[in-house]
Amino acid sequence: MVDFASANEPVVSPLEMPTGFHFTPSSEGTVGEGLLEVSMGPQHPSTHGVFRMDLVLDGETVVRLKPVFGYLHRNHEKIAETITYLASIPYTDRLDYFCSLTNNWAYVLAVEKLAGITPPERAEYIRVIAAELTRLQNHACMMGFLTQDLGAMGTPLMYAFREREKILDLVEALTGARMMCNYFRFGGCRTDLPAGWLEQTRQVVAHFPHFLDEFESLLITNEILMARTQGVGVLPRELAINASATGPVLRGSGVDYDLRKVDHYGIYDRFEFRVPLGDHGDCYDRFMIRLLEMRESIKILNAALKDVPEGPVMDPKIKIRNFKPKSGEAYGRIEGPKGELGFYLISDGSTNPYRYRIRPPSLINLTALEDMCIGQKIADVVVILGSIDIVLGEVDR
Amino acid sequence: MAVDEALRDELRRQGIVTIQLETLYNWGRKNSLWPLGFGLACCAIEMIAASMARFDLSRFGAEVFRPSPRQADLMIVAGTVTKKMAPQVVRLFNQMPEPKYVIAMGACAISGGPFKQGYNVLKGIDRYIPVDVHIPGCPPRPEALIHGLMLLQRKIAGQKLTGPDRPSHLRADENGEFPVPAFGAHDLEPAQNQSVWQPPKLVREPV
Repeated sequence: MVDFASANEPVVSPLEMPTGFHFTPSSEGTVGEGLLEVSMGPQHPSTHGVFRMDLVLDGETVVRLKPVFGYLHRNHEKIAETITYLASIPYTDRLDYFCSLTNNWAYVLAVEKLAGITPPERAEYIRVIAAELTRLQNHACMMGFLTQDLGAMGTPLMYAFREREKILDLVEALTGARMMCNYFRFGGCRTDLPAGWLEQTRQVVAHFPHFLDEFESLLITNEILMARTQGVGVLPRELAINASATGPVLRGSGVDYDLRKVDHYGIYDRFEFRVPLGDHGDCYDRFMIRLLEMRESIKILNAALKDVPEGPVMDPKIKIRNFKPKSGEAYGRIEGPKGELGFYLISDGSTNPYRYRIRPPSLINLTALEDMCIGQKIADVVVILGSIDIVLGEVDR
Repeated sequence: MAVDEALRDELRRQGIVTIQLETLYNWGRKNSLWPLGFGLACCAIEMIAASMARFDLSRFGAEVFRPSPRQADLMIVAGTVTKKMAPQVVRLFNQMPEPKYVIAMGACAISGGPFKQGYNVLKGIDRYIPVDVHIPGCPPRPEALIHGLMLLQRKIAGQKLTGPDRPSHLRADENGEFPVPAFGAHDLEPAQNQSVWQPPKLVREPV
């Protein structure tokens, strides 16, 4: 047991959020006496956008790390409280701009819980297909960016983007946009599937395992990748749970928690898939979790594409314009590609939500960054950050 | 001008090409634009997609994304510029060597876009730095970025190196650096760079 009274140094929780720009001097020394303070970002090729870390280094070893957010704070939540429920859907696209379809889904799920709407069967299938396609392209790109952070400049990323473009073609045929899809509506989907779309999707999904085989044979036994990621940035199981980490970061630490299994949202109960788990919680495990999850996504896609039922894609009774749910609150959450993405809405019976709150997986996974980085070399910080897979649109909102 | 057509043909037969220095200089510059590898938000992903295999920005000589502003010719402002990020964007622009160009990519960089009503979003980066090409879209497709780049190439090809309308980097009295805004009591100060942008004046006609 820790005796707090006798400890000389102030007790600091390992999960304490950054409150400012100032460091308390560590016990080993202060900045200027052997320690070096480095500001990394916001313009840095490996910070995945506009993210800044204030690092305190002892030689090359990280002693302290403070993340500095807010360079992409776009007032999403405040804007959403001033506009209608329908008008918020395009804003959710811009949260995690890799996965606009899953963002749409989490939001409409919250609104559907608030208003007690059940979407038609065909829409549920389209949602699963769209979400799993999004997961495929997000994970592929994440692995490309991670290898780029490791120094493989361009090549794996080009392979990933080659596959991403194929999926984006499908998304564009379905929704009309490559990235900002604005497709799901509370009560269903905006439009029906275009002619021949299912067949095209089947072909892309059938080809995807070849890409994964290629990626695996190039990367997973690659000596540089193994040396740079194995044993680097270990997130212990207990800490992952305490930090509320979700998604591949949590499962990389060996915690069996996937909302598709736990929460039974949508129609995920009907599909057979496994949840890959890591053993060590290091960067390599988090990397491999994504690879294995893509294999499971392909299983779900194959099953879902086989039996898409006929019928309407939109509940005809829902009036999406001038939509006024009765007073109450609801929390809708889904397993996004980066973790648990949740929307918390409070309605006061008017056309706008009274309170609109997002639980972004990137931000909450990022809170464990300091614990993963302390004691590592500075060159590994970018790898650890890349293995968390953050998108700043979601972190800063 | 100085070389007539017959002499030019004769020289060409001998394997000698005559060309104006200005044309050669601009040809070289416009086909090796090195952008600053600098993404702000959603548009950055389309910027990366434009440099990847499908759209292949390297056909236009602009695929060498440099992480350091000291090595870059072109700044692609790809995404929402918030008030916290605006000073860094202006500082990066100041650190780029002349001649330098700016493409404002996407609705946010042009005007604030869908987030314009927010309290933390800058209503267009052209309030602080001179923008050469605006690309609308949210986000613009990679083809739109390529089109924007081609427009910029056309602009560079038409630049004169001498005379009164020569570009700013060839004038000794222009320093090419702009004041970096800082947070004041309420907002960024100055609210805009007067030399590149002035608020539109509303003129009311007497009834």
